[in-house]
Parts: sequence; C-alpha cells; structure tokens
Amino acid sequence: MKYKWYEPYLFIAPGTLILLLVFFYPVVRLFRDSLLAPRGSEMVFVGLSNFRYLFSDDVFRMAIANNAKLLLSVPIMVGLALFLAILLFEQIRGWQFYRTTLFLPYLLSITVVGVIFGYMFQYRGVVNTILQSIGLGALAKDWLGKSEYALWVVMVVIIWKEVGFGVVLFLARLMSVQEELFEAARLDGANWLQLQWYITIPQLKSVIEFFTVISVFTMLSWVFNYIYVMTNGGPGNATMVTELYIYLMGFRYRMMHIASATSVLLVIITIVFILLQNRILGEEGAYA
Amino acid sequence: MAVKSQVGERVTAGESIRLKVKRWAWLAFCELVMIASALVALFPIYFMLVTSFKTQKEYIADRWGLPARIAFDNYVAAFAGKAFGQWFLNSTILTVISVLLVSLCAGLTAYALARMDFIGRRLLGNLNISLMIVPPVVMLVPLFLLMVELRLVNTYASAILIYVGLMMPFSTYLLTNFFKTVPQDIVDAAYMDGCSNLGIFWRIMLPLSGPAFFTLIVVNAMWVWNELLIALVFLQDNALKTLMVGLTVFKSRYNLNIPVTMAGLVVATVPIVALYLASQKSFIRGLTAGAVK
Repeated sequence: MKYKWYEPYLFIAPGTLILLLVFFYPVVRLFRDSLLAPRGSEMVFVGLSNFRYLFSDDVFRMAIANNAKLLLSVPIMVGLALFLAILLFEQIRGWQFYRTTLFLPYLLSITVVGVIFGYMFQYRGVVNTILQSIGLGALAKDWLGKSEYALWVVMVVIIWKEVGFGVVLFLARLMSVQEELFEAARLDGANWLQLQWYITIPQLKSVIEFFTVISVFTMLSWVFNYIYVMTNGGPGNATMVTELYIYLMGFRYRMMHIASATSVLLVIITIVFILLQNRILGEEGAYA
Repeated sequence: MAVKSQVGERVTAGESIRLKVKRWAWLAFCELVMIASALVALFPIYFMLVTSFKTQKEYIADRWGLPARIAFDNYVAAFAGKAFGQWFLNSTILTVISVLLVSLCAGLTAYALARMDFIGRRLLGNLNISLMIVPPVVMLVPLFLLMVELRLVNTYASAILIYVGLMMPFSTYLLTNFFKTVPQDIVDAAYMDGCSNLGIFWRIMLPLSGPAFFTLIVVNAMWVWNELLIALVFLQDNALKTLMVGLTVFKSRYNLNIPVTMAGLVVATVPIVALYLASQKSFIRGLTAGAVK
C-alpha cells in the first residue's frame, strides 16, 4: 500500500457527496413523500392513495400511453440511422460532408429546434407553404394544433434531431471493421443484401444495441424539452407525457404529492429497464 | 472501397461492364438519398438563418426565400430588451462554473476508481453506470423541496449543484476509463520520487489526460448550455433566467414577430456550433465513448 486506507475516500468524497445530495437523497425522500398528502397545513400518511389517484387520472393514463407511442419511433430511428450509415460507408463522393450535415441537428439545443419546428408546422408556416407550392395544398393542416397529428409531428422532430447521432456512431464502428471481412464475403459470392446481413449487422451489434437502449430511455424520460417548447402537452392533453405531467403537477397545480408518486413510478420503470437491459445485453463490466 | 470487379478474372468482359453499370447506378442511388437527407437535415437551420435576416413583412410575403438584404436589425431588436444580454450572461456563468466543478470532482473520483483499491470501489463504479440513465425529472420535486429548505431556490448555487450532480456519472465514467490507460510505470516512478497521490493526480494524470478532459468539457458545456428543465424550475427570477428558458419566454413575447425570435435562436446556437467546430474530433469521441471501444 502506497497510501493510507482512508486516502481513496478523500478522493471520492466531494463527488460522492454531490451524488448523495442530487440522486440518493431525492429518491429516498420521493418514496416517503409519495405516501403523504396535505391535510390542512400538515402532511399526513395516506398509504397508496396518491397512486390510486394517479391510476384513475385520465391525463396520467394519456401520458403513459403517449410515452409508449413514442417508443414506436425507436425502430424507425435505429433503422434509418443504420440505412444512412451503410450508404455513407459506400464512400460516395462527399460522404464526410454528409456525415457532418446529418450530425448538425444533434448539436442544436432542443429548445432551439422546438421553436424552429413550432413555426415551421404552424398553419401559415413554411411546411404548408411548401406543400401548396408542390400542389399538395390539400394536405396542409394545423400540424401541432390538431390532436390527431401533434404527437406524430413531435416524433418526426425527435427523429430529425437524434438520428444523426446514430449515423455517426454506426459509421465510426463500420470504419473499424476489417476490410478483409467484406472482401472474403464478396469472394464467396455474397450479394449486397447478404453482405449487410451477415457482415455489417453482426459487426455493428453492440453499437446498435447501445443506440437502441439510449433511444428507448430518450422516449421514456428525456422528451420534456420537445413537448414543453412545441406543444406544452396540448392540444387538450394530446401530447402529455410523464415528464410534463410531473412538472405540471409539481409546479403548476401545486400537487407535489401526486408529482412525487408519479416520479416513484418513473424510478421503478427506469430500474426495470436497467435490469432488462443488463439481462439482455449482459453485464458490461466496465469496472470489473 | 474496392469494387466488385475484384471478384476474379474469370468474369467475362460483358459481365464486367454490366457490373460496372450496376455499381454506377447503385452509387447514384446512394448519392440521391444522401442529397435528400442532407436537404431535410439542413432546411430547418437554413430557415432559422434566413428568417433571422428578414423583416416581418418579407417573412409574411415569402416564408422561405432569401432576404432582400442582410440586415442585423432583428439581432439589435433581440438584444434591445436588456433581458436577453442578462440571460446570455447567466448561461455563460452557469456553464463555466458547473463544468469546471464537475471536471474537478469527477477527476478526483475517477482517480480513486482507476488507481486505488478500497471497499466500495466496485459498487461506486457500477452505480455510476446506472445513474447515467436516471432521468433528472424524477429528482425534480424532492430537489425543489430541499432547495426551498436550504433557501437556495433562485440562486446560481442550486442550479450549479444539481448540474454538477447530474454530470458526475458520465464524467466519472469517461475519466476512469482514460486514467486506466495511463501506464503504471509512470505512476510507480512518481511514487518512488515520494510523490503523494494528490501530487500524482495533479502533476501526472491531469497533464496526461488533456484530450480526455477537453472532450469532457466540450460535451458537458453543451449539455449545460442547452439544459431547460432544471433552469426552468430553479431559476425563475427574471434576472437569473438562462438563455434557453429566456427563449421560451421570448417566443411568446415575439410570437407575432418571428424574425426577431429567430435572431435570438441564432445567437443561442452560435456558441455551441463554434465550440463544436473547434473540437469536432474529440467531441464525437466523447459522445461515442460509451459505445465504441
């Protein structure tokens, strides 16, 4: 030992203290608060009644359903990223330019993106103008103002912004695949589709899994910014999601106990997904 | 990439021409798809830039054509309210302080995780990985109640503390992996010379980890700059609002003057794009750190 036993703890102290304060204290408090409700000026123990309220609330059910619907965009996003990465890997002219271009949306802040698209999809916005100018004026509509379309439009915006990350990720991995693998398959007479199916996709397996996991978590619990800026949950509650529900309950309607119960559910859902992911992908063991 | 003509000498001349045509058609298809994708990716950005230079009249007359002239009137109007400059300053302060703090805290933790042995090391390491995916919104209500009790709501301190906490897991993960690659010989030599662990961290690890820290600082700075939820809840005071929160206010205030809003968006975007261009390679390395090994 080149150091005293307590020395490592001094190193981890500042960081761990902050982790305790920002992650552990809140989560522990959450579980307590979710069982309390205000009676007059006091908080009293009410058992699971906050959760009962939650499950009887149509808005909450709508929020969960919408998060589930957003999950539908994960396969689209992963597929699209894979497709674009494979095309770029053909090393067409200017592929580096395309890579940078596709990545650009990922850099912009969601707030900025949300505001831009909010204007683009207005009834008098540029999307409808373009539709009219190519003779598809009949399709023009108030995209974010109609409950049938709003969530799908948000989904398109999320895909627009995040797909570039997948492309960069996949391309980086593809470029490290040994060229001999492709050569050998070609010599064996593999056609293009077989080449992708037997070489590209297996080689990309780990990054595809990584991007899928990231996207699933994004759709479940990182879409607040998009929704807040573009629709604020509306029209009606057509684009309500769990995160916005927590925010509104806690900070607009001052029903912190309901917000706490919702957060507890989200913690549980997150833990389930972490366990599932570990089960499916195997322990990464970065610290083993 | 090598073309399919390498399949072998046995192919006849006719077949080889057919292959070439097929290859050419394929490349043309790829190119077309990429051009279309690039247009889709760029159009909203083009729309933002172009609109920010238009007058309100021009915008109403023509939604996506080029402006008649390049004028910075909208930019002047955006900054005119004084609030905008304040928001910009607030975002800068928050970004700089919290990124520096997390680099230090995560650096020290990562050093212990990578280079020392102690009870709880594996636990801390694995926890770090799991915490990366915990959504911040979950902690929002209890953190708010805590900050109320500590009388820290509407102070920079509350937001900085939370930002540092939220950035810790990824930062620690990235730095731990990097510190592990520093050769043990160098560390041993320093021990021989009587260097303490803190000395090794400061004089050896930090200088050798320049690229890793650089990556981390860029990725984290972008995250803080763009963050909305925490800023929305903990910095409600108008004098403390960040640029991102300000933009949502701005949007409703200038709802009828879209070109001014667009100018505001451009101003909020420029620092990020500049940071990206200055650090393109290491930025992508940082983002993909979790995946490509």
